[in-house]
Amino acid sequence: MRKLAVSLIALSGLIAGSLAPVIVMAAGDAAHPKSQHWSFGGIFGTYEKPQLKRGFQVYQEVCAACHSLRLVAYRNLSAIGLDEKAIEAIAAEKELPGAPNEEGEATTRKALPSDKFVPPFANENAARAANNGALPPDLSLMTKARVGGPDYLYALLTGYKEEAPKDVKVPEGMHYNTYFPGHNIAMAPPLSDEGVEYADKTKATVPQQAKDVTAFLQWAADPYLEDRKRMGIKVVLFLIFLTGLLYAYKRKVWAKLH
Amino acid sequence: MANSTTAPDGGGETRRDFLMLATTAAAGFGVAAVAWPFIDQMNPAADTLALGSIKVDISKIAVGQAITVKWRGKPVFIRHRTAAEIAQAAKDDKAKLIDPQPDGKRVQKPQWLVLEGVCTHLGCIPKGQKSGERKGEFGGWFCPCHGSHYDTSGRIRKGPAPSNLPVPAYKFLTDTQIQIG
Amino acid sequence: MANGGTGTKIVKWVDARLPIFSFMDHSLRDYPTPRNLNYWWNFGSLAGVVLVVMIATGIVLAMHYTPHAAMAFDSVERIMRDVNYGWLIRYIHMNGGSMFFIVVYIHIFRGMYYGSYKNPRELLWWLGVIIYLLMMATAFMGYVLPWGQMSFWGATVITKLFSALPLVGEAVTEWLWGGFSVDSPTLNRFFSLHYLFPFLIVGVVVFHLVALHTSKSSNPLGIDPRGPQDTIPFHPYYTVKDNFGLGVFFIVYAVFVFFAPDFFGEPDNYIPANPLSTPAHIVPEWYYLPFYAVLRAVPDNFVGQWAGLGYIIINAKLAGVLTMAASILVLFALPWLDTSKVRSGRFRPVFKWFFWIFLLDVAILGVCGAHAPDEPVFAWFKGFDYLTLAQITTAYYFAHFLILLPILGKIEKPLPLPTSISEPVLKGGGSAGASAAAQPMEKA
Repeated sequence: MRKLAVSLIALSGLIAGSLAPVIVMAAGDAAHPKSQHWSFGGIFGTYEKPQLKRGFQVYQEVCAACHSLRLVAYRNLSAIGLDEKAIEAIAAEKELPGAPNEEGEATTRKALPSDKFVPPFANENAARAANNGALPPDLSLMTKARVGGPDYLYALLTGYKEEAPKDVKVPEGMHYNTYFPGHNIAMAPPLSDEGVEYADKTKATVPQQAKDVTAFLQWAADPYLEDRKRMGIKVVLFLIFLTGLLYAYKRKVWAKLH
Repeated sequence: MANSTTAPDGGGETRRDFLMLATTAAAGFGVAAVAWPFIDQMNPAADTLALGSIKVDISKIAVGQAITVKWRGKPVFIRHRTAAEIAQAAKDDKAKLIDPQPDGKRVQKPQWLVLEGVCTHLGCIPKGQKSGERKGEFGGWFCPCHGSHYDTSGRIRKGPAPSNLPVPAYKFLTDTQIQIG
Repeated sequence: MANGGTGTKIVKWVDARLPIFSFMDHSLRDYPTPRNLNYWWNFGSLAGVVLVVMIATGIVLAMHYTPHAAMAFDSVERIMRDVNYGWLIRYIHMNGGSMFFIVVYIHIFRGMYYGSYKNPRELLWWLGVIIYLLMMATAFMGYVLPWGQMSFWGATVITKLFSALPLVGEAVTEWLWGGFSVDSPTLNRFFSLHYLFPFLIVGVVVFHLVALHTSKSSNPLGIDPRGPQDTIPFHPYYTVKDNFGLGVFFIVYAVFVFFAPDFFGEPDNYIPANPLSTPAHIVPEWYYLPFYAVLRAVPDNFVGQWAGLGYIIINAKLAGVLTMAASILVLFALPWLDTSKVRSGRFRPVFKWFFWIFLLDVAILGVCGAHAPDEPVFAWFKGFDYLTLAQITTAYYFAHFLILLPILGKIEKPLPLPTSISEPVLKGGGSAGASAAAQPMEKA
């Protein structure tokens, strides 16, 4: 019985060990992103509202020009610490198609907090036309949609090289990035030192901006992370307690047989 | 349930019962805790709740005009009452009303009447919002389905409807903007 | 709990009209279960519990999901973001699928090690394989529903397998699709069938349990109970043991749901389906990986060299499909392929080794399924790629069933079986080969 268990555990270790490189595998020869420390990592991870606010500022001022965030509603921003008035103002900056008027003509209206983030381009063609044929992907789920998650995003944003390695030819209009699969990415380096002036006066280095906007995007992809982990601790502790009781009860019942 | 068929062994039996009780109680608590999300998920979701209140700009509504807005899936009538309509509504406080209610209790500012546009009989949408539509004998609204007449305060005056057109919760954010819900 | 007089009266009233209580009593309390079952016997009831969890969470998710190509992905995200506790129910359902297969695989391997498929339990085994097939179909369709990149392309690859069928292939595939490619009609019908299949599974599970109650449970020694001294009532002994096992299982399940909810998943499935862009690596869910490896193990030139005339009838794609189908269907033949008269692997020292090697073989097949066929297994040995490894392990897989087991049963010298189930206990937990004369082997 013990041998069976040990063998099965060894087996699952073998499987997990072999699959792990697949799971975390960087496609092609792209470098493996380094593990960063994130406030939301680990069992007790949480978001830091000041960081999310800074990250949102980076998104709004740098990324939102090309990248949509269409699964997030303006009202969701209350979770990062913005009040109702601020959210209304942020939403009202954008216009989106309204209901047809009495003559049947298309109208536009200001965005409301209940609306989802208004995308920068009306449709895919407009997005491609404005970006040399490349389509800037939506960012709502970006940290979940890439192998390596937040570590990968941070590495990507800080992984641009001015000069590509000697024997590498970077096509016209592309940029060399250490961590992007295939190394040639259509997006020009989006971040620059002091490119954003943080409202909370934090020094806006590229690594700082990259960290903050990645944390914001992690929140955009996983807004219930804190609830989930908090609930998880309670649930697992309760289950351990309950299983302990179940084990004691099992032993009590079976004691009759011996 | 687990009525033991073996002879009770004194202390052991009691401990087993206590253990069984504690375990069952803990398991029951667990089941209840798990049940709640399954029940709560049927409650209105966050995006539905967000649309639960709307803001309406009433600055463009001329005196004597009315608009219809959609709120929580229902039409809401907003009428900019004329002086004559207001006077008539106040006078009719003393008339024989099917569902007595003074006009003063149905408005926050007398010139603005905000009502749910759903007939209290069987749910049709009464006519009277647009100029040229029948307003019924009392100058308010007329429901074409079964002939209910509402007055300039939205009160039921004649016909099968049992109660007045309901006034939804609303407040004036400014003189030109109201929030419904 | 029955509250003395009133409760018992109600029970009697109902039972006289619909004998549900005496049925439960008989099935649970009277069911004579071998007293020596170990924890590997917990996994059947665990599978039943997971099935109930999947149905409960699935029905609730279906209240919010929209099975149309333009709305499916967003409806799932709405569940994750707007529906109260939607993220929790979705993660329970998503990880439940993987937990279901983990539990069922352990359950199957338990059966293979202890010879639970042998006479008189052949039909019990068959019903189990049918449940497994229904699970695979259900999980496949379920994975398509979120309409991510892997949903779409996995659906495309697998439905395209049917086009390998001679003559009717294209027609069957278009019939499955409801169009000329995987699109909204396909999604909608997969949703309908995904809702249906779990109830078919419930039906087959009922037959599975009836078959079990007919032959009664096997046990780690593989010898039949000789009398009441060898068995104990299922309730309360095994209900209590199953409950404990359930607690342990839920802890593992909860760790995944709350702390690693995307562990079993693919990041690409968080990208909305794009029919015009194929992902770099199309990988099925982990529980299909061994069969995926078998499917891809048959390359073009292999068939060309062997077939000659057959090349026209069977192309590589069809050969791959047939081989993959065979790898599952061979399970049906297992009770007859294994010629050993001894049930339990505990008394079959040579078989034991081959069982573990078989497990390893399946695990390696799974690893192959996760990699591109042309990728070298070891960075320093470029000539040996995953395709070759898959071919070796596929060949071994069939060899295990078709060659090893039949021969082994005939030539293996098993260890002496104990006289009875309670004998090792009475002898003070003695070893199986205690001094007593070797007993005639249990007719398997």
